[in-house]
Amino acid sequence: MSEIGPKVTKARYDFHGGIHPPENKQLTRDRPIRDLPLMARYVLPLHMHIGASARPVVKVGERVGKGQVLAQATDFISATIHAPTSGTVVAIDDHLIPHPGGLRAPSILLESDGDDLWADMLEPWPDYQTHSPTALRSRLRESGVVGLGGAVFPTAAKLATGPAQVTTLVLNGAECEPYITCDDRLMRESPADIVAGARIALHMLGATQCLIGIEDNKPESLTAMRTAVAEDPRFAVVSVPTRYPAGGEKQLIRMLTGIEVPRGRRATEYGLLCLNVATVASVYQAVVHGLPVIDRIVTLTGGGVVQPDNFKVRIGTLMNDVLTAAGGYRAGVDRLIMGGPMMGFSLPDDTVPVVKATNCMLALRPEDRPEEPAPQPCIRCSLCAEACPADLLPQQLYWYARSRQFDRAVAYHLFDCIECGVCTAVCPSHIPLVDYYRFAKTEVWAQEREKSKATVARDRFEFRKERLERQKAEREAALNKKRQALEAKAAKAVQTPKPPGDTPAEPQTSTETAAGEAAYGEYRPGHAPIDTRLDSAVEAARARSKARRAALEAQRTEAPIPESDDESEKI
Amino acid sequence: MLTAILVSAGLALVFGILLGVAAQWFHVDGNPLAEKIDAILPQTQCGQCGFPGCRPYAEAIASGQADINQCPPGGETTIKNLADLLGVEPKPLNAENGSEKEVPLVAVIDEAVCIGCTKCIQACPVDAILGAAKQMHTVITDECTGCELCLAPCPVDCIDMVPVHGSVDDYRFPLPASAQSAVPDVTAAPRPAPESAHV
Repeated sequence: MSEIGPKVTKARYDFHGGIHPPENKQLTRDRPIRDLPLMARYVLPLHMHIGASARPVVKVGERVGKGQVLAQATDFISATIHAPTSGTVVAIDDHLIPHPGGLRAPSILLESDGDDLWADMLEPWPDYQTHSPTALRSRLRESGVVGLGGAVFPTAAKLATGPAQVTTLVLNGAECEPYITCDDRLMRESPADIVAGARIALHMLGATQCLIGIEDNKPESLTAMRTAVAEDPRFAVVSVPTRYPAGGEKQLIRMLTGIEVPRGRRATEYGLLCLNVATVASVYQAVVHGLPVIDRIVTLTGGGVVQPDNFKVRIGTLMNDVLTAAGGYRAGVDRLIMGGPMMGFSLPDDTVPVVKATNCMLALRPEDRPEEPAPQPCIRCSLCAEACPADLLPQQLYWYARSRQFDRAVAYHLFDCIECGVCTAVCPSHIPLVDYYRFAKTEVWAQEREKSKATVARDRFEFRKERLERQKAEREAALNKKRQALEAKAAKAVQTPKPPGDTPAEPQTSTETAAGEAAYGEYRPGHAPIDTRLDSAVEAARARSKARRAALEAQRTEAPIPESDDESEKI
Repeated sequence: MLTAILVSAGLALVFGILLGVAAQWFHVDGNPLAEKIDAILPQTQCGQCGFPGCRPYAEAIASGQADINQCPPGGETTIKNLADLLGVEPKPLNAENGSEKEVPLVAVIDEAVCIGCTKCIQACPVDAILGAAKQMHTVITDECTGCELCLAPCPVDCIDMVPVHGSVDDYRFPLPASAQSAVPDVTAAPRPAPESAHV
């Protein structure tokens, strides 16, 4: 490390726990970023970021240009989605998305026209200093910039720090997870973009310094970044020891500044804000060049692919298309993981699109990964607690998650777990601990949803009850009023006998009744004819609707053949 | 002797007035226990318990007229929570009231068949059905509690109960398979005092 110059310092602090999993970065660390050929079809899920789903602003059949807005951010925490190429919107429908449950979600299907022509772009702002932070934030929002480290939190919302004054921007280039090399390649190939993006972020935050944290297993990146920041005294490149998970936000901040952000607090309250290096590079593209986020760098790696490589992949490219372009799978592949081996999840299917969170696609054969013996009982060895980088008690969380005592699990700070997978990796009983925490977290969220739904239902039930009572009271009041009026009238009539001149009123009413009778036929309350007529009408309506429903049912379940049979019969 | 009697009488008078004022001052409307029970119930308003809604059932439990195991939508969890609240033993769901559903359901009106009779609108306890006489009706899915009260009144059987369409946000990770294996039962897991959690 003698060649590390004054701009590169070693981290002076450390975080608790962590492990040294096999790095496996040699597979792709020296493979330059390559472009993929244009694909015939792209699938863009409307919800590929933290926050609210985007709302489609294009119609099926509409022609769109490259970079055109397909779906608009709907909320403060939401992100806009752009067309990765020019073409036609062929459907807005549910499509498989990269999700551990193999879920389908609303997506925009875009068929490429092969021309790859840009739509009208946003105005480039090389003079970004002349724009206010608010204008720059709305530029990032329009450009669909989200955290590309994997959390996909909308960057515009993250940079809106409110009253907190951020003094230090922390750039996360640690890339601690095994196999992944996308940030490493970006730092080596485009360090200037990263630094330019960081300068924009410094301007937006009014921050005075920027610390770039990079693990010391990436000497080329350290050198490249040091050269790129040489002119600017606000920057410092810090080499951090290679230990997973050094790239966790709180862990990296701890190592670079010595500040331990307590639970329930945000880094901004301590004057710190952490962004991934790829995120600031896309900030630079969005502001200075007016380019929306339509691609990202993806590491395709693992023993299960013919040629591991780093690709610049357009968002929405189907993973099997990426794999085909890269030479395909090797024999014996039985698992495709999105993300790294520690925090990623297996995909049940490879016909899912690359989304903004996809930093790595890892194809593994059984021999490429450690054995997974059947879990044994917990022996309370507390290795997990020693290794936990979030200073939690994993075995307590495990007991409570497993026995569904979720209130206890939350009391033991379940939601401070970053799901890094260190506890699972060190467990001598091979218990899939993180799976239990994920289970417990989603159960707690489900309970909260049920609770809020119950509150709404209770309110609606009570409002309805109140409304029915009010209506009943109103009806009774009206009836009483009428009755009183009638009684008063009757009393008046008895008291003052009608003068003979007023008699014409009587014939008038009788003609009214006659007209009414003509209109309603023989109807008299309690008379039989109308009742039977009503009954038969209801019967007929019922029979008609039953027949219609049966026909509809048949249409839905069977092929359209019987329908055409009917048609021919009619003809 | 007389002093002692006077003092006692005076004290009794003062405290009597104090208690009387306090009873007025801190008067609580309704039954606080029923309120707590109501908060546990799932608010489906289905009436399967035999009472017209969750609130009446909560009041019946509070006054000892109903048992805690009559709520099929709440199922085991609700019975357990009620047992905890009332300090009684949990018991299995009363089969007479129905059975617990495996997946949450919502009502969906077959709009092509609906004749617009408004009968389901009147039956819905949470006003989750929208429509007018002789106009098509439709269920507001987000507000539907899945109580099935609209099924019976429909003269043309055009309402179906379908499983709730889960979105990405509603996804629930399954309990890992190893939890069902031969590993010893952990329901006897230590449950220390809450304070020790923060040590």
